[in-house]
This record gives sequence, C-alpha cells and structure tokens, in this order.
Amino acid sequence: MKHFAIRLLAASSVLFALAGTASAHRAWMLPSTFTFSGDSQWVTVDAAISNDLFFPNHHAIDPASVTVTGPDGSVVEIKNAASGEIRAMFDFQMNQQGTYRVSTAGEPFYFASWSEAGERKRWRGTLETLRAEGVDKKPDVQISLSNRRVETYVTLGAPSTEVFAATGKGLEFQPVTHPNDVFTGEPVSFKFLLDGAPASGLEVTVLPGNDRYRDTPGEFKLTTDADGVFTFTPTIPGPYWFTAGSEGETVIDGLPMKVRSSYTATFEALPL
Amino acid sequence: MRAIMTLAGMALLTGPAVADSMEIGIAIPQLNVAEYHRPYLAAWIARPDQTVAANLAVLYQQERRGEEEGETWLKDLRQWWRRAGRDLTMPVDGVSGPTRGPGTHSFNIAGGSPALAALEPGDYILTVEAVREVGGREMVQVPFTWPANGAAPLTVSGETELGQITLTLTDED
Repeated sequence: MKHFAIRLLAASSVLFALAGTASAHRAWMLPSTFTFSGDSQWVTVDAAISNDLFFPNHHAIDPASVTVTGPDGSVVEIKNAASGEIRAMFDFQMNQQGTYRVSTAGEPFYFASWSEAGERKRWRGTLETLRAEGVDKKPDVQISLSNRRVETYVTLGAPSTEVFAATGKGLEFQPVTHPNDVFTGEPVSFKFLLDGAPASGLEVTVLPGNDRYRDTPGEFKLTTDADGVFTFTPTIPGPYWFTAGSEGETVIDGLPMKVRSSYTATFEALPL
Repeated sequence: MRAIMTLAGMALLTGPAVADSMEIGIAIPQLNVAEYHRPYLAAWIARPDQTVAANLAVLYQQERRGEEEGETWLKDLRQWWRRAGRDLTMPVDGVSGPTRGPGTHSFNIAGGSPALAALEPGDYILTVEAVREVGGREMVQVPFTWPANGAAPLTVSGETELGQITLTLTDED
C-alpha cells in the first residue's frame, strides 16, 4: 500500500491528496525563525514532505498551495517562491506586530474510485467536476473527501490570536498555549476542532525534530480530552512537529462519502 | 504649613519602602574570543511566578543610520522578551540604553523611582539575562525580599556570559 501510494503521488503530482501517506511521509513547513522582534522582519520558510524532520528527502510542497495570513486577517504576499525537487522555499515580510499563519489549507479534494471493465479507476477533483464528469454515476463508486492542513505560525512582537479564528471545516488548531510561546519544562496545551466542535478522543502524534540523530525517534502519541485538548511537556528544545487525522462518514449534496481530515503543524520549544 | 509637613511625614511613615533604594552591580566578563560583540543585557524584577514587577535595564544596539536593526535581536534575550520585551515599545525611558563592554556596571534604582515606587512588600527575584552575538546566553537570578531590611548585599555569580551580580538594598529609614 505504501509503495502504491508513493507511485500515485509522484505520478499525479498530488501533494496533499493522500491521507494514507501521512504516516509514511511527513509534510512540514519550517520557518527560519518563529519569534521575531523589531518593527519589520523577513522570514523564509522551507516546505517539504520527508521522512526525517526537518530534512528534505522526498518531495517539495508546492509553494502555490501556501497562504500566509497576517495578524489582522489580511493575506500577506509570498515572495521569492521556488520549488526544488525535494524542498520548496518562500519568503514573506512581516510589517504588523502579532502572529502570522502559514497554511496549505485550500479547497477540499474529492476522490472517487470505481470498477470499470475489471479495472480499478481513480479520480480526483472538486465537487463540481465530480458531477460534471458523471463520476458520481459510475458503478459502485466510492467517494471520499479530504480536508488537509499543513501549517506553522510565526510571531513578530507579542503573540496574537486572531489568525486562529476557526472556519468550521475539517480539523483545525486552536491555541490554549500559544504555539509561539512554548518552553521546555512547561506544560503545553493545544486544542483541536473538527468541523468547528471540540475534537475529543483524537490521537495526536508529536515528534521533536532531528530524529535522524537519535536511535529512538522520540515520537509520542497523545489523545485529546473532552474539550479537544491535548497536553504535554516538551523536554528537548528545538522545532517540533505534530499531526492528527480523523475519518468519518458524511453526506454532501446527496452523495454519501468518507471524510478524511488531517492537521499537521510545526512549532518550536525554546529552552527555559 | 504645619499640616503639609505632617502629611508628608505620614506618607513617609506609611510607606517606608517608597524611599528604599537599590543598587545592582552587573559584571560583564572579559572573554578571549576571536569575534567579540558586547552583550545584549536585560535586568528586571520578577515575582515568584516569574511575572514582571519592574523593568530595570535593557541594553541593546541603538538605532543607527535610521535603521532599527538593533531591535531585531532583542528576542534573543528570550526570557526577558517573553516576560516583558514583547509587550513594550522600545526604547523605554530610563530603562533602555546602549550596550556596555566588559567590567562591572552599577545601576542605581532610586527610592521612589517608577520601578520601585510600585513594588509591594514581598519576595522577588532580580533577574539578569545576557546574550552575545555569535556567543552564548546566560540568565542569573537573585532572590530578595522587599523592602530593605538592612541585610548584607546579595551576590550570585554567572558562569559564562555574566560575572558577579550584586544586589544591595538600602534601607532609608
């Protein structure tokens, strides 16, 4: 399954399409710095899908899929975007004090698969094209919807929380501890929403960076409580990566389908 | 005239801490390194829960040629930045100033100054943090009780980026 997923990924250039690859490959965006001081600063961000954190070794994330949102909710222009084979990079300038969100969240993808003349057919697109191309009428068609977010947050000056306003779609992150205010030895609490409601019982995987220098990667799994909150105390300073995914069933526009939502983000723990 | 003098006397009696002053000696060590830059340094009074009771000093590279590059590195004083700096607008009158070289620097905080006038009696921690470009970072904490009680000066030594930190509380009663 893993190899099939990789081939499909490469063949279709679908970077965020396959929820199934989340465990095999880790998507991440790593800013040059998470916490800034001064009136105006530039930040550069690496974006890749790799096995080791945070070392590119598999595939770039398309910088065109990235949106940067400023503290006041405005879209911040991305500059100097470039995509290499195994890593993309882009810059943006911060002129407002507060927290910025860097996100790949876009329109959800729809997937369909069905059998045709003994062959398994696969399709990906929007709900409109799914209807227009008659995919929904295919025999024994199975449809699924994927909401996938890969994010990171950076702050100029004091952290702010406006960029965490929930859209109510898919898995979303809410700070209890601000992600740009994390220190080793202090408990960190983050919260998840699923379609706008607290995502309780969700399994979250947390992994500190530089895992390739450790015999034991140091990954740990946590489960969100009734309020959708998970809590841990980082011991290693440095960048961290966490991810969570959920699967469910829904009916959209009269079509029953599976829903896969995932959320992945990068933050840093500073030494106390 | 007499009434005014009495009022002034009462003010002194009810708030002895107002007049107590503080002298802080901060030693910046001489370092034998190929590339030396004077450290950024912050000194503040923390409450036992690490919230900030008073900002005493912030030394950083001042604006040059209309640029504000000096403020870019304030966040490297990472505890000060988190506890105080990020909520301040720089420069801060009577608190911020240019960096200083190796030697012992004395900071006199006068009784009745804004930093001390609002300091309620209780336990505090004098915190001094230093960070040096292409160098290290160190934080030294000196717990003390306010107001002054005639005790001997308190001394804690840093190991890398800071030398001896001396806190002298002067009882003005």
